Amino acid sequence: MAGARTNRKITLDRRRVVNRILKDRGDTLLVTGLGASTWDAAAAGDHVNNFYLWGGMGGAAVCGLGLALAQKTRRVLVITGDGEMLMGMGALATIAVQRPKNLAVCVIDNQRYGETGMQETHTQFGVDLATIASGAGFAETDTAWTMKELEDSLPLLYETPGPVFLDVKVTDAPQPMTLPMRDGPAIKHRFRETLLGKA
Amino acid sequence: MASKAAGDWSSDVFKVLKGEGVRQVAYVPDAGHTNLIKRCRADTAMTAVPLTTEEEGVALLSGAWLGGEAGVLLMQSSGVGNIVNMLSVANECRFPLLMLVTMRGEWGEFNPWQMPMGQATQAVLEAAGVIIQRADTPERVAETVASAAAMAFDGGRMVAVLIGQRLVGFKDWSK
Repeated sequence: MAGARTNRKITLDRRRVVNRILKDRGDTLLVTGLGASTWDAAAAGDHVNNFYLWGGMGGAAVCGLGLALAQKTRRVLVITGDGEMLMGMGALATIAVQRPKNLAVCVIDNQRYGETGMQETHTQFGVDLATIASGAGFAETDTAWTMKELEDSLPLLYETPGPVFLDVKVTDAPQPMTLPMRDGPAIKHRFRETLLGKA
Repeated sequence: MASKAAGDWSSDVFKVLKGEGVRQVAYVPDAGHTNLIKRCRADTAMTAVPLTTEEEGVALLSGAWLGGEAGVLLMQSSGVGNIVNMLSVANECRFPLLMLVTMRGEWGEFNPWQMPMGQATQAVLEAAGVIIQRADTPERVAETVASAAAMAFDGGRMVAVLIGQRLVGFKDWSK
């Protein structure tokens, strides 16, 4: 699959993409990055194994690392946006050093800051997050531009020994706001009680 | 370089962290944390996680707590300037956050570039909602860390132990 530095036309709808990814989640633990990725996960259906970040921009991937290190027998998936990932790019190096076999990072890449007026992010100008993750030392990385390529990448997200990274190029078409629960302690307690039992 | 005092308290702090069940040790190195980092790296029950920037540690330990593990963030006072917005995650969700901060820019410092962040460290942390506990003598460090750990892990709060530069020493530029 072609990397980011191509002129391929972007056609994928982010809601369809996240829906398709999460359809196969099984008992995967999910961390979502603030903004559209959190809304996408909510639109795909609320789930007790979801931890929604509503803040802490740049922290999603490394939050997933802490969870993956603590829960080595569970697959941990981080779904976040390109702007959120760019803000915490050092996390890719930190994750690569730890080599968590159970961690997958998936960037829903619309090449825009969606919550602030759709300004271009660095990926719009060719910055290739999958190549950066590869250079950091991720076990496998890829970029998906079509539903076929996304389908082919699902084993990467759920089965390939990590850390793995998938960038999915999606259009910047606006989506209806679908907001999940937003009280931090409530999201935390639900997640922990499901995973660890009552405190 | 760091004075001899740097090593005197770190073994006791390590024992406190072990006793608290700390499993993930996130850090950006500081000379004052050298011995503690070595001990944690050598411990098979602990995962040492070197960071590219301190804010990663706040997010990492939030994820660790979600997964049932306690952790600690080791850093120098300069790093406090790098974590402010990420603290909002721990603050809003009431994630326990134990930070051991070795101070620069306060005791005998003569690198002027260390002064601004060193002098702002406590005020910045307090403005962000972090509880401060200071340790300025070697015999107080371990008990202060134990106190802070209880407030963090049992009380569900962000707590920083500021370890005075007097204990850590300062760079001797004549050598």
